[in-house]
Amino acid sequence: MPKINLSHFEAAFLFSLFTSVVMGIVSKKTDIERRDYGAYCFACFLAALVGIGWVMKLGHG
Amino acid sequence: MASQTEIQQAHGESVPVGKWIGPVVAGWILPGGGHFVQKKTGRGALLFGSVTLMFLFGLFMRGTMFTPEKGDALTTVINYGGFVADLANGALYIAAAMFGYSQPDMAGAVHDYGTKFIATAGLLNILAMVDAYEIATGKKD
Repeated sequence: MPKINLSHFEAAFLFSLFTSVVMGIVSKKTDIERRDYGAYCFACFLAALVGIGWVMKLGHG
Repeated sequence: MASQTEIQQAHGESVPVGKWIGPVVAGWILPGGGHFVQKKTGRGALLFGSVTLMFLFGLFMRGTMFTPEKGDALTTVINYGGFVADLANGALYIAAAMFGYSQPDMAGAVHDYGTKFIATAGLLNILAMVDAYEIATGKKD
């Protein structure tokens, strides 16, 4: 079985992608709403990822 | 005209188990399976791809499978909760266990991400099963 080493960003990016797809599909009633909500979730995940990353960097000095 | 299911729901009657148990079990065994059996192939394929890839990435990162172990309250909740989440992956979890996947809990960010990927794939599959249930009972298209 292959073994992969992902960086924090790569792992969090993939996590965001897969989770957003599922949340988009199960949360809304029409395909357009699903697509939009999935994209919104993905953008929120990435914004939190980058934002909290900066907070931790600045917090550590 | 209201369907039989909608009329039953309006009267507060529960939908017969036979109507939804098949899609829910299919959804547990194969991620997206509950959608496939209800002819929602597009959504089923996306769910299958997302959950399966997440589970496989978890394995490739050598994530740990939880086992139901007792300890203090927090340890018990984490291990039993993690075990239920892992088990929700259905055939993916069963196949990994049958082929002898056993990864000890090791320190390291990549292993930790792997463990979370495997558990989260199961939790996402539970969401997919709930969605399949709602489609089967007529609450959703």
